[in-house]
Amino acid sequence: MTLSGFIVRNTFRNKRRSVLTLISISFSLLLLTLMISIWRSFYVDQVAPEAARRLIIRDRVSLAFFLPAYYRDKIRSIPGVTAVAPLTWFGGRYIDDRPEHFFAQLATDPDEYLKVASDKIVPPDQLKAWQQDRAGALVDVTLAKKYGWKLGDRITLQGTIFEVNPELTIRAIYQRDPPQNALYFNAKYLEEAVPWFKGQAGWYSTQIGSSGDVARVSGEIDDMFRNSPLQTKTESEKAFQLGFVASLGNVKAFILGICGAVVFTIMLVSANTMAMSVRSRTREVALLKTLGFTRQRVLSIFVSESVALAVAGGVLGILVAIPVIWWLTRSFIALGVPLAMKVNLQTAGLSLLVALTLGIASGYLPAFNASRMNIVDGLRHIG
Amino acid sequence: MAIPISYNIRNLKLRKGLTIMTALGIALTVTTAIFLMALLAGLQRAFVSSGNPNNVLVLRKGSEAELSGGFDASLFPTLTTLPGIAKDSHGQPMASGELVVVIILPRKDGTGEVNVTVRGMMPDGLEMRPSAKLAEGRWFQTGQREVVVSKSIRDRFSHANIGDTMEFGKGSWKVVGVFDAGGSAYESEVWGDVNQMASDFDRQGGYSSAYVRATDPVAADALKNRVSDDQRLKLEGSLETEYYAKQTSSGAPIKYIGIVVAIIMAIGSSFAAMNTMYAAVAYRGREIATLRVIGFSRPAILTSFVLESLLLALLGAAAGILLMLPFNGMETGTSNAVTFSEVVFALRITPEVAGAAIVFALIMGLVGGFAPAWHAARQNILNALRG
Repeated sequence: MTLSGFIVRNTFRNKRRSVLTLISISFSLLLLTLMISIWRSFYVDQVAPEAARRLIIRDRVSLAFFLPAYYRDKIRSIPGVTAVAPLTWFGGRYIDDRPEHFFAQLATDPDEYLKVASDKIVPPDQLKAWQQDRAGALVDVTLAKKYGWKLGDRITLQGTIFEVNPELTIRAIYQRDPPQNALYFNAKYLEEAVPWFKGQAGWYSTQIGSSGDVARVSGEIDDMFRNSPLQTKTESEKAFQLGFVASLGNVKAFILGICGAVVFTIMLVSANTMAMSVRSRTREVALLKTLGFTRQRVLSIFVSESVALAVAGGVLGILVAIPVIWWLTRSFIALGVPLAMKVNLQTAGLSLLVALTLGIASGYLPAFNASRMNIVDGLRHIG
Repeated sequence: MAIPISYNIRNLKLRKGLTIMTALGIALTVTTAIFLMALLAGLQRAFVSSGNPNNVLVLRKGSEAELSGGFDASLFPTLTTLPGIAKDSHGQPMASGELVVVIILPRKDGTGEVNVTVRGMMPDGLEMRPSAKLAEGRWFQTGQREVVVSKSIRDRFSHANIGDTMEFGKGSWKVVGVFDAGGSAYESEVWGDVNQMASDFDRQGGYSSAYVRATDPVAADALKNRVSDDQRLKLEGSLETEYYAKQTSSGAPIKYIGIVVAIIMAIGSSFAAMNTMYAAVAYRGREIATLRVIGFSRPAILTSFVLESLLLALLGAAAGILLMLPFNGMETGTSNAVTFSEVVFALRITPEVAGAAIVFALIMGLVGGFAPAWHAARQNILNALRG
C-alpha cells in the first residue's frame, strides 16, 4: 500500500465523521466563496470595455433633483461624446408594494437609449415597434417571464413619485447577462401626463467614443455646469451603481466580518475532527512508530488527512456556490444592481487556498501531539 | 426514570477541548446572527420611535414620501383652518409647513459621501417634536441662515460642530445647536428655517409636506381623515407614526442577505455539533449500555443525549451573546429606501434579539444532537458492553 493510499483510507475510515466534517467545511467555504465573489464584483472586476466608456451625469446634490432637458444638448456638444440618453426613476408599483414585486421602472428616450446600453440585445423589429409607440415598454426577458408578459400585453403601473398610472404596452423584450429586472418606457409619455416634470430628466447616461477620452470628458462636463443653477456630478456607470450599494452601510467591513467568522468556524470544525481522529488512534500512532516511521512521517500523515478533508470540502463548497450565485444574481435580492457575479478561477483558487491553509493549520497541533507521544505510553493507551 | 442532567454536565466537562471548540463554532454562528438581528432591531427602533402619535403628516395625494410630496404653499392657510388642530404656545393652530431636501455631505473618516436629509420647518415644527431635545447651543432662529444638527450628524460629518459653517444650497449655514433625537429617524437630519431653505433650493411657493397637531391620538385619527376628505386641498393625511413605521422596509436588503448568511452558517455548525455528539456517543458506548442494564429506558437515553447537545448549544449561545455585547450601541448608517438619504441607527441587542439567538442556537443543537442521540438509544446492549 502506498502512503497516499494509506492517507485516503484513513481519511474515510470513520465515514460518518468524515462526511459530517466535509459537509460542515463545504458550507463554510460556500459562504466564503460567495463573499469573495461579491467583493470581486464590487471592487475588483473591470466592466466590459463599452460599459467602462459610459458616464452617468446627475445632480451634484441629490438624485432626488432633476436636471434640465437642455443639459442633454450641452453634454452632446462635448467632443468625444457619441450618445446621451435621459433616464428618470419612475419608482411606481406593480400589483402591490411587496419587495417581491419591486423592479426598476425608468423613463428614457427610445431613440437613443440603446446607444448607451449596448449590452442590452433587442431584436430590430421590436426596437422599432417600441420607438413608434409612445406608450410602449421595453422589458427584461426574465422580468417578462416572471409575470408572463408577451409582446402586445398591456400593463398598468401605479405612480408614487409621479401622480400618473401609466398604461403601457410591451413592445420589446431585451436580453442581458446578467438579467436586470427593469422596464423602460418613453419619457415623453411621462412629460405629457405630469406637467411639472416637462423639460427635465433624472440623470443622463453618456457613451464616450474612446476610452482615452473618458477622464477628460468627465471633467469637462462638471466644469461646464459649475456655474449653472444645478451643478452636476459625473461618475462611471459602475461607481453610480456602487453608490447604491455603499449606501446600505459599511459593506466592506460587513463582508470582511463574515469572512472572518467563516474562516474561524472552519478552523474550529476541522481542528475538532482531527483531534477526535487522532485521539481514537493513539495506539496506532505508537504502532507506526514502532514499525520505524519517523516523527516527521507520522506528522505528515495526519496533516495530509486534515488537508484532504478540508480541500474536499472546499471543492464541494465551490461547486455548490456556482448555482447559488447564479440564483442570487437573478433573484430580487440583487436589488436591481446588475453586477456580473460569477465564480471565476481566481475566486475558486483563493477559496481552495484558504481551505488548504486551514487544513494544514488545524491538523498540525493534534498531529504534533500525536507524533511526540512516547511509544510505550501510546501502546498502553486505552481508546 | 430520567437520567439526571448533572450526568450530561459532567460529560461536557470531561471533554473540555471538544466542548469548547464545538461551543465556539456555534458561538461564531450565533454572533453573526446577533449582529444582523441587532442591526434590524436598531433600524426598527429608529423608525418606530420616530413620530408623535398626535402629529398628522400631510402630503400631496398619491405621494408616499416627503421628498416627493410637493404641494402649493397657498393650500397651507386653508389646512390650518381645519377643526381639531391643537393650539400652539401663541394661541395659533399648531402647524408647520416643511421643506425636505437631500444634500451630500462628506463623511468625517473620508470613506465617501453620504446623502443627508435637510428639513426646513416653521417655528411650530420644533414645538411639535418634543422628543428632540436640545443638547448643546440653541435652536435656529427664524429668518436666519442657521441650522441645528443631530448628535450623530455632528459625530459623523466634518464641519458640523457649533460655530462651524456648512456649505449647501446657495451658500453657507451656521451651526448653532446640536439636538438629541433619542435614536429616532430625526437622528439623521439637519434642521433650519423653512423660508431660508426654500429660497436656497428654489422652492419658494411650495412645501414638501406639512405637519398639523391634534390634541390626542384619537383626535389625530379624525384630523387625518378630515385632511384627506377635504375637496379643496387634494392632500392626504397620515399619522406620523404610521409614516415612519412603513419606512422600516429600508432594512429589507440587510434582512435578506442576513437570512441567507445565517442559514448557511447554521447548517455548517449543525453538522459540526452532530460530529461532536456522535463522538461523544461513540466514546460512551459501554457506559450507555450500562445505563440500559441498570434500567434506564431508551427514551431516557435519547432525551439525555439531546439535552446534552442542547446544553452545548446553550453554551455556544451564551458565548456568542457575550462576544457581541461590546458592540451594543455601536452606530452605523444605512440608506433609507424612502428618502434616499442616510439613516443613522445604533446596533441594539435587545432581550428579543438575545432570545432569538438562543432559540437559533437551540435549533442547531437539536438538529445536531437528535441523530446521535437516536443512535445511542438504539445501540445493542450486548455488543456495546463487549466493545
